[in-house]
Amino acid sequence: MKTPMKGLSVENLSVEISAGNRLLKPVEGVSFAIGRDECVALLGESGCGKSMTALALMRLLPDGARVASGSARLEGEELFALTEAAMGDVRGGRLAMIFQEPQTSLNPVMTVAEQIAEALAAHRDLSGNAVSAEAGRLLEAVGLERDRLAAYPFQLSGGQRQRALIAMMLAGEPEVLIADEPTTALDVTVQAQILALLRDLQRQRGMGLLLITHDLDVASDMADRVAVMYAGQIVEWADRDSLYATPRHPYTQKLFAVLPRLDRRGERLDSLPGRVPPPDAVIIGCRFAERCPAVFARCRKEAPGFHESAPGHFARCHLAEAQTIPPFLKGGPGGISTHAGVPTAANPPPPPFEKEGSDVLAVRDLAVHFPIRKGLFRHTVDHFKAVDGVSLSIQAGETLALVGESGCGKSTLARAVLRLIEPTRGEVWVAGVAVGGLSGEVLRKKRAEMQIVFQDPFSSLNPRMRVGEILEEGMAALLPLTAAERRARIAQLLDQVGLPGDAVGRYPHEFSGGQRQRIAIARALAVQPKLLILDEPTSALDVSVQAQILNLLADLQAAHGLAYLFITHNLPVVGYLAQRVAVMRAGRIVEEGPAERLLTAPQHEYTRLLLDSAPGKHPFVGQVGA
Amino acid sequence: MIKPVLLWSDALILLLLWSVAGLVWLARNNETLRGPWRQLLRNPVGASTALILAVYVAIGLLDSVHYVERLPDTPGQAARYSGEVRSGLDWALTPLRENVEKTYSAPFATHLYAKETLKGPDGGELRDFPRLKYGGAHLADARQDFWPDLLTRGGLGMLAGLIAWLVFFPLFQRGSEGDLVATASSAKNKSPLTLLWERGGLAPAFAWTLLAILLLVGLLIALAPNYHILGTDKVGQDVLYLSLKSIRTGLLIGSLTTLVMLPFALGLGIAAGYFGGRVDDVIQYLYTTLNSIPGVLLIAAAVLVVQVQIEAHAELFNTAAARSDVRLLALCGILGVTGWTGLARLLRAEALKLRELEFVQAARAFGVTHSRILLRHLLPNVMHLVLITVVLDFSGLVLAEAVLSYVGVGVDPGMISFGNMINGARLELAREPVVWWQLAAAFLFMFVLVLAANLFADQVRDALDPKSSGRK
Repeated sequence: MKTPMKGLSVENLSVEISAGNRLLKPVEGVSFAIGRDECVALLGESGCGKSMTALALMRLLPDGARVASGSARLEGEELFALTEAAMGDVRGGRLAMIFQEPQTSLNPVMTVAEQIAEALAAHRDLSGNAVSAEAGRLLEAVGLERDRLAAYPFQLSGGQRQRALIAMMLAGEPEVLIADEPTTALDVTVQAQILALLRDLQRQRGMGLLLITHDLDVASDMADRVAVMYAGQIVEWADRDSLYATPRHPYTQKLFAVLPRLDRRGERLDSLPGRVPPPDAVIIGCRFAERCPAVFARCRKEAPGFHESAPGHFARCHLAEAQTIPPFLKGGPGGISTHAGVPTAANPPPPPFEKEGSDVLAVRDLAVHFPIRKGLFRHTVDHFKAVDGVSLSIQAGETLALVGESGCGKSTLARAVLRLIEPTRGEVWVAGVAVGGLSGEVLRKKRAEMQIVFQDPFSSLNPRMRVGEILEEGMAALLPLTAAERRARIAQLLDQVGLPGDAVGRYPHEFSGGQRQRIAIARALAVQPKLLILDEPTSALDVSVQAQILNLLADLQAAHGLAYLFITHNLPVVGYLAQRVAVMRAGRIVEEGPAERLLTAPQHEYTRLLLDSAPGKHPFVGQVGA
Repeated sequence: MIKPVLLWSDALILLLLWSVAGLVWLARNNETLRGPWRQLLRNPVGASTALILAVYVAIGLLDSVHYVERLPDTPGQAARYSGEVRSGLDWALTPLRENVEKTYSAPFATHLYAKETLKGPDGGELRDFPRLKYGGAHLADARQDFWPDLLTRGGLGMLAGLIAWLVFFPLFQRGSEGDLVATASSAKNKSPLTLLWERGGLAPAFAWTLLAILLLVGLLIALAPNYHILGTDKVGQDVLYLSLKSIRTGLLIGSLTTLVMLPFALGLGIAAGYFGGRVDDVIQYLYTTLNSIPGVLLIAAAVLVVQVQIEAHAELFNTAAARSDVRLLALCGILGVTGWTGLARLLRAEALKLRELEFVQAARAFGVTHSRILLRHLLPNVMHLVLITVVLDFSGLVLAEAVLSYVGVGVDPGMISFGNMINGARLELAREPVVWWQLAAAFLFMFVLVLAANLFADQVRDALDPKSSGRK
């Protein structure tokens, strides 16, 4: 163990928010420590309090929130006792933070050089030529060219922006760097680069790195020690190797169990029922008791202590006290994440849909070109080829995954297939009918056969319409049903996607992200489509919710013989769900083939790059230790 | 004998009232539509501003019931009617209307504001402030009796207001306790109003606002016939009377202009943003062109054209009231036609953003028609902008009327309006000693109206937003 005087040590941190007459406790009794030369990952699903913890450490809590108790010592200095002026020196100087969105954390009207100079002036007392020299040195340290200093944020790509932001944060030579989901908004290849950069910088400069993430694989690549958070508490705190080999807390075990992977194909994913308790809930026993598979009477009466179940491995669970591994766990020495920890007998896979027939969707040489206009009369000078000659086909009951990074044209392809945008050339057949030749009423009726589920469940449902109206809209437009028949079908749909019947009269904002995605799926199913395009349907969701949605999609496919065009950048999900995979890059499909072959023995170098960049493959720790 | 007269603006107001009543009738059994409004009345700010607005609207409506009086019959001739069109408000304010002094007098004054040559008790001439004809005329000694008389009358008036309030009070009592079981069992025997109050559980703030209003009304009723509470203007008209009469003009300009403007702004703004391309180009061209013409010139030209038309068809507008009424309507129309560009631009930007949102894409994937997408998906999601803009514009329009009156193209100079009052104040403030009460009165009445409308609109927006209903 590191000595507590080095780096950052947090003890018993609690944050309170007073909202009206309620008192919320998003963070309660959190303790951990980051030594120098160490990376600690704070791992948890959305709403578990990990970002609130980071903001509390920076003393940047939003209005109404305050640190109720606890201490945070940076090199032995109590942060919560500093005056605001003294904290201003620490913030961005000895303790720096990088944020999730590189788009919004840089000022769009200042050049990179000006923004780095601001940080240098504030924390290093540099001036004149020394500033630009140092700024250039910092940019080189984060892997950017020196001439990028004069660039404005809009001239940089997402990854470059995140590098520039890291350079700004390094300007104060921090002892501890907090990175709040630094790569969530980035593509997988860029993510790999940024993570490698962070890890290298942390090693070279001997700083502590607090990495906040929801991604188990990112944490396994990066962290020396991992703290798992649930409902405002740290439920498990251990060395990375120990945690990934034998997770002690049932929540951590469940997190591993719900991950979709290639080797779990055809199985039902384990699911984590219920929801995280709200921060104002009064909980007497264990916070995880309601969802825990190993719950017993004591859990509901007595809050568990933080027990050291193995040297350096703490878990907040009554079972950890007895130093025994809960009986339902069957993790082997290689760790639960790579071995099927879920008894398949209890969750039999759905029977495959038996139907050989013609293609539900066939696309031949589809292209979408957007004109680039210039000049006074806006004449077309060139075309941006978003989709450039794509051909693919899907049969009933089959899932084709379309994989690619942002901007590769996969969403444009989806919209062109649905004729939400007009393709430039090429043909689309849905259930044997060429969609391109249809117009007017015939096209409108044809739309019943092809539907889409979008990525963001928050913007895909009209906030001013009730769930019943949302589900009814497509039926009213496309199906010849009476009002009573429509009501009956709405009830049936809600039942199918596992939502309560009283959802009909409620507004979308009353539902969680996962429930909203169920509503979006029900809306698409309402018109009995043959083809369902799933545009990143789980990427905005937590892993436990993702498992529920993937199970639901598998069930629906088995029951109705739906053809799925599954658009994603998440390779593990592809391996779990899809029969065939098409890899797309810059408007073209570079490789297509059966999922098992493509994910294990890729032919094209781009596919290989994607697979290599995916986190969870090669921990950087090993390299550094060598 | 009287004969009712229906001016064009009265007809429009009737139409508006009738459609509002129709909407209420349709919504009466629909919980979805009724819920937000009930929540609005439970909210303290919502309930009190609604009451204040209701008082304004009631005054405006009373002022919209027009009639002419029949002149005394002369034998052998058909019945003849006075050329002066009066309203219900004129009738109710008869003492105020008829108590006309010679010229300016300050609020609560007993003497005129200008010195005159008087005959002294000894028969000699002297320059002094003469006693008013009506204001405080009942006082034997203006200096000694003024305060006792004012306090007695004022006290009695407020007492009457308090008593009136106590009559209403039991209704609030039942409402606030919200005895739901009793309400359900006895619901059949009660009037709809009582039911609304009981089920709605009006905010206590409503009761306090009502108390304030009733006390004020009691005070006015007790004092206004004997004093000029807000003074008199240049020709000796009571300023309180002018202010109350101005309310109808202000409300008309605010609401009719909005009614003219909204279809343009909503239809063109949302369509430009949603369809984009050529449609967007044409609409942008239209409002850029319209915006590039100075508004005052356009309005002046339109008003002059209308005036020529009125004079050409004198037989259609046979009274002064009818003529100024048509001019007011024309002003509303032209303000509406030129005023939609700002809101349309705002809505276009919002629609540009909304059409890329996935719920709109999903609706298109369902083959939902464009008109339905515009109505169901875009319109409800821009209503907050519309509401805020319309309420802010409302105060701007009342002020625009003042500016236009200054240029000489506003409402008819003979029409009583806030604009004309403010316009008159221009000279009064340059005068020595300053005559401040006409401007102050116009300011006070407009301030209360605009503030109440703003706060009310905020509450309406919150009540109609599905996300905010769960917060309470």
